[in-house]
Amino acid sequence: MNPVIPPVTPAGDALKGAQMLHDASEAPPKPPAAPREPLPADVRDRPVPDVSHGAILYLESVSVSFDGFKAINDLNLSIDDGELRCIIGPNGAGKTTMMDIITGKTRPDTGTVYFGQNVNLLELRESEIAQLGIGRKFQKPTVFQGHSVFENLELAMQADKRVRRALFARLSDEQRARIAGVLATIGLNGYERQLAGSLSHGQKQWLEIGMLLMQNPRLLLVDEPVAGMTEQETEQTAELLNSLAGKHSVVVVEHDMAFVRSIARKVTVLHEGHVLAEGTMDAIQSNPKVVEVYLGEGA
Amino acid sequence: MHGIRNLHTTRGWVGFFVVAALLLVAVPVLNALPETSPLHVPDWLIPLAGKFCCYALVALAMDLIWGYTGILSLGHGVYFALGGYAMGMYLMRSMAGEGVYRSELPDFMVFLNWKELPWFWHGFEYFPFALLMALAVPGLLAFVFGWFAFRSRIKGVYFSIITQAMTFALMLLFFRNETGFGGNNGLTDFKRLLGFTLSEPSVRVALYWLTALVLLGVYLLARAIVRSRAGRVLTAIRDAESRVMFCGYEPLYYKLAIWTLSAVLCGLAGALYVPQVGIINPSELAPAQSIEMAVWVAVGGRGTLVGAVIGAASVNGLKSVFTAVAPEFWLYALGGLFVLVTLFLPEGLTGLFRRLRRTRAAEARA
Repeated sequence: MNPVIPPVTPAGDALKGAQMLHDASEAPPKPPAAPREPLPADVRDRPVPDVSHGAILYLESVSVSFDGFKAINDLNLSIDDGELRCIIGPNGAGKTTMMDIITGKTRPDTGTVYFGQNVNLLELRESEIAQLGIGRKFQKPTVFQGHSVFENLELAMQADKRVRRALFARLSDEQRARIAGVLATIGLNGYERQLAGSLSHGQKQWLEIGMLLMQNPRLLLVDEPVAGMTEQETEQTAELLNSLAGKHSVVVVEHDMAFVRSIARKVTVLHEGHVLAEGTMDAIQSNPKVVEVYLGEGA
Repeated sequence: MHGIRNLHTTRGWVGFFVVAALLLVAVPVLNALPETSPLHVPDWLIPLAGKFCCYALVALAMDLIWGYTGILSLGHGVYFALGGYAMGMYLMRSMAGEGVYRSELPDFMVFLNWKELPWFWHGFEYFPFALLMALAVPGLLAFVFGWFAFRSRIKGVYFSIITQAMTFALMLLFFRNETGFGGNNGLTDFKRLLGFTLSEPSVRVALYWLTALVLLGVYLLARAIVRSRAGRVLTAIRDAESRVMFCGYEPLYYKLAIWTLSAVLCGLAGALYVPQVGIINPSELAPAQSIEMAVWVAVGGRGTLVGAVIGAASVNGLKSVFTAVAPEFWLYALGGLFVLVTLFLPEGLTGLFRRLRRTRAAEARA
């Protein structure tokens, strides 16, 4: 049961694929983002992030403290459109808090957070941010245990999510095909009728990633995707995430250095709520400041 | 919502129509048999059956909010009582001038030496207005309460305690004579509904029949809701609310919608209950009453709808037996039942049936 690396192109993914991964330093200025795929009529009005300057996510001088403890301290971060970025850092470096801020769960005390150049995320609620196309995977796999794999994907699917619409919603053939496509991508073909609660740990992680994909996300935030996975599952997850970059921007928070090395193009090191270093994995590993932080932890 | 036909499997529909035939046809027909017949359903059983249907309606409303959405309300008695009071007010007003004091005012107001009708009693002489209020007042209260509670993300046991506090506060309020709802005696001695004499056996059968019909209709409505995508969102909120939010749904509106609907259904149940039972008083607002509603659903099995109906019928059946034979032991029996179900039947009676069927199927295969 391997996650199949897509040539799977569910309805209209082709345009997304055109936004290839690029190196920020060499990238020519991009034309303004065209709508990537025909969205269902009722969600066409979701704001499209303006990525004409290359970046899909900006965090600028963000700080937040809990009971006097500065969880995030003057954080500056920018993620390019289509990039796969790994974020590492010792425990308590503020990785999860950073994700909470981006997804609207935590409001920062100061600073700005923008999706593209035009969408201010600090004005939006969690559900609105999700509808923009920012998907989040939790550290602990969080799926709807009482629903089948198919229903999990159906619920996550991009659609009009107001109560009245959901009451009368029916799946179109196109939507069924899309669910089938994602099932193949995450390697859960044949499991669609099984209750999500009865899946193995690794399968739940993949289902959760599949649920993110159903949202047609522009940006995926993935918190420790391989925690508790077997070596083989870890490898398959690396393949899956690699295949997603380019089509989507992906931010991965991870502890497992071997895993980070296997997927990372650019790595950001967080320490005490602040960016300590940024660069390729090799550059990071030879950076004296980084070595100190990790050695200081007792490595 | 999908086509009505898809609400059940063929077997499920057969079961539904068997129950519908029992409630709507068998009971009235057997009641019409001569009293000497062994199959005769005695007259006193009719309002009791109607009462049970009202309780089953409440249990369905509880199951939508607790079993499916995971929000335990220990204050649904409030909505039931408000619906009941609205109907009671109509019944009082419809017999103006025929009370003990032959006054235009309800008897208890004469007794309190009130000279005119309080403003909030106006309009209740009209049945459609009273019926509207029986649904709208619980709905509005639930909407406002839910808006603040869900927006502040109050959850779990804290939410339950607040609902319990609300029913207690309303009970104290309704106990006061000055509040204007008859104090601790409540509203009673009703005579007529829409011109029909309530003590007439045929009127009682008609009321029972109407209640059973409403119960069946509400069951289908609830079934349609939980089988829709919105229903799956409700269950998803129960299982992983943060994931629901990060999927782009706003749980606030889903909770508010189902919470308000649940309250309206309780109001409807209360309005059907009062003409059949003949009294509404603040004891319906007692905290224990609301807890009992949760017990019905727990005993029957949460998140199945059918379980709620079975639970309401079986617990109240047991209660009727106990209060006739050994009333002083009823509360012990109720407490014991709750402990037993929690320990041994976490999925209630429907879960037990399911387990039995599975074992039998396994044995058949072996």
